[in-house]
Amino acid sequence: MSKMNIDKKIVDDLVANDISFVTTVPCKQLAGVIEEVETRDEVFHIPANKEDEGMGLCAGAWMGGKRPAIIMQNTAIGVTINTLATLIQYYRMPLPMLISYRGELREPVACQVEMALHTKALLAQLNIPTYHFHKQSDVEEFDMILKHTFMCNKPVAILTDANFWGGYGEQ
Amino acid sequence: MIRSEILSEIAPLLRDQLVVCNIGIPSQELHAIDDQPSNFYMLGTMGLASSIGLGLALAQPKPVVVIDGDGSVLTNLGTLPTIGNNAPPNYILMIIDNGSYGSTGDQPTYTGKKTCLAGMARAAGCDRVVEVQDVDTGAALKQALEAGKATVLVVKCDSGNAKMPVIPLDPVVIRDRFMKAVQA
Repeated sequence: MSKMNIDKKIVDDLVANDISFVTTVPCKQLAGVIEEVETRDEVFHIPANKEDEGMGLCAGAWMGGKRPAIIMQNTAIGVTINTLATLIQYYRMPLPMLISYRGELREPVACQVEMALHTKALLAQLNIPTYHFHKQSDVEEFDMILKHTFMCNKPVAILTDANFWGGYGEQ
Repeated sequence: MIRSEILSEIAPLLRDQLVVCNIGIPSQELHAIDDQPSNFYMLGTMGLASSIGLGLALAQPKPVVVIDGDGSVLTNLGTLPTIGNNAPPNYILMIIDNGSYGSTGDQPTYTGKKTCLAGMARAAGCDRVVEVQDVDTGAALKQALEAGKATVLVVKCDSGNAKMPVIPLDPVVIRDRFMKAVQA
């Protein structure tokens, strides 16, 4: 599957699961998905300035009757722990988090490895269901993960690494 | 006037609206003055009331009144450009600006010094920004509800807190009854 088709498949799955409110803080790896979101009339896209702000937007949208999702980088886990614990989890709200997992294999920027080391440990500490897309075929589970998220009303992390995206900047 | 006196005065106006209320003593005061299922009390997560209210206003057509504070807006300043570029007509952000962190012991915030939240909101792209003194809050809120335009209302008032009990409601109960009020 080409990267463009992965972007399209991911957004197709969002739309098929009635997700109509998407907030984003960009990452180069997720640029194609964000671009694809912009093209869909079914989805309202609202860029956030920081990921905790984005989670607040998602919480409000969900209480207003729309299914939300947030698209962000794994460094954001360091920013949003309080919001995840005291808003999303405490009030029991669903939130799919499509996360670019920087600092994994094929990462060119050394500093990104520092938060990669903490990402899964922090998610585990928060008891957040976590899925790691490493091979392209892993994307086949995305639809099931979204259904699972809105079944259990929890934040759910989907970590997508550079190998999944076909390398970082070497495509 | 202090915040609790303002909330008592505008309670009849808030009663019929969806209200997202800031963490800490503001929510405790609103809960004690006039608890309503249409009030969403924040029990944690300082700073996100304006963002939650914006998501809510974008997702459904009923008016949304956010009761925020100067300290909380300062901690989530990125919210102002997002509001300025996206807020729908049913969104009202009312910032009770008492120049202090009320819930933590009235330490001063920068809005009591050189910083102007109304100016920051305007610079962030918010078109209708109104600053009033505490005694004019009711009239300004009424105008905002009738304006049919997204409004940032900055209410300058005195620092101080009323002694109110902690909210005993479970968060899922608060959220569930609020969502039913949204759908009603």
